[in-house]
Amino acid sequence: MHIAVYLPLLLPLLAARGAVPLARRLPPRLATWLLTGAAVALAACSTVALALLAATAAVRIPVLATIERYSLAVVARDDPASVWVALAAALLLAAGGLALARVAIRRAQALLATHRHTRLLPGEEQLVVLPDPSPEAYAAPGRPGRIVVSTAMLDALSPAEQDALIAHEISHLTHGHHLFLATAHLAAALNPLLRPVSRAVGYTIERWADEDAAQDAGDRPVVARAVGHAALASAPAPRAPRPALGLGIAPALPRDAGDVPRRVAALLIAPARAQRVLLVAAIALVLVAALATLEAQQDFEALLELARRAVPGSPVA
Amino acid sequence: MTTRDRRAPGSLEKQVWALLLDAGRPLTTGEVRDRLHEQTPAEAPLAHTTVVTILGRLHGKGLLTRSLDGRAHRYTPASTPEGVAATRMHQALADEGDHEAVLSNFVSGLSGTDEALLRRLLGQDG
Repeated sequence: MHIAVYLPLLLPLLAARGAVPLARRLPPRLATWLLTGAAVALAACSTVALALLAATAAVRIPVLATIERYSLAVVARDDPASVWVALAAALLLAAGGLALARVAIRRAQALLATHRHTRLLPGEEQLVVLPDPSPEAYAAPGRPGRIVVSTAMLDALSPAEQDALIAHEISHLTHGHHLFLATAHLAAALNPLLRPVSRAVGYTIERWADEDAAQDAGDRPVVARAVGHAALASAPAPRAPRPALGLGIAPALPRDAGDVPRRVAALLIAPARAQRVLLVAAIALVLVAALATLEAQQDFEALLELARRAVPGSPVA
Repeated sequence: MTTRDRRAPGSLEKQVWALLLDAGRPLTTGEVRDRLHEQTPAEAPLAHTTVVTILGRLHGKGLLTRSLDGRAHRYTPASTPEGVAATRMHQALADEGDHEAVLSNFVSGLSGTDEALLRRLLGQDG
């Protein structure tokens, strides 16, 4: 337990470093599943590890030792963590639990409010066009989900680009992308080290929907133009003449490029192929965290067992 | 060049639209102009013709209805179900922060450098 219990607490740092390259280089559907799954697994492992560390403080409470009939001396001798570490773990555990509850409640409220407002939208069609001078387009999940596009957004796009935008939003609704995002956000609430992972999921679901739209249209550049024109229409800057439809050669992206240019650039090159190295590394990371957690838990149980045996007349002695 | 000229296209349209939604009654061109000036007193008031143009454009898009009151036109948001829904959705979006996470927006915000990059990607000189 001495080392194993700390591994699940450190591995999320590695996951945070790896999330961005993974999100950019793996096909978006695979990346979304992998990042969301890893976030959940790592959040669970680190929470169990914190609970084990906190438990080492709890087992030193004399009353507990008397009731549960184990030897305090054995616990104190073999205990892997100092009282301070254990107390810090207990605090982190409580903070994580509170943050999780807070995010869960807020997200549930937002979902309910969205359902309420979606029901007020006119008509029965999935697509709702709202007269509105600001360019807006979004998918509101629900049963059925609705796609809301403002007249100003439609004005900014060519008919083919409008189709691409709608295909993108349909993909969000069909694949329940908001659920992936919610799951990743909850994991990151439990363990804030995982925030870069949940941000990466926000990017991969957009890429997933972009790729679906591209497949739908049988045309990647048209989706790139739809994303680009929509973003420029929403940007607070003077509108230059509509860009010529000939797309530029994709320049090398600067490191600090934002999500929208990245999505456009990704659509202008060939679709990503799964890179086995990244995939294996991500799965290995999660496996190590899981095994370390299991190991730490078994060590803790062994410690208690030892402490129980040290008490004469205890049931296990 | 005043700061107003450098605004986003349609940003004045948005401002006028929001103003008419809030007004709760039909406004004349002059009233719209005065209220815009009240919102940004630091800036010089807009030319009457500019406001006429904006209102005309919004009317042309079917967003506003126009009625003649004496010699002046009065404008009010078109009270179609869509118009009402738009207002409600907007309020809902503004109210709750977590909405952002539930509603998948087609595009997120752009930084200044992102915008230049995007124009380059689209083969448009920025």
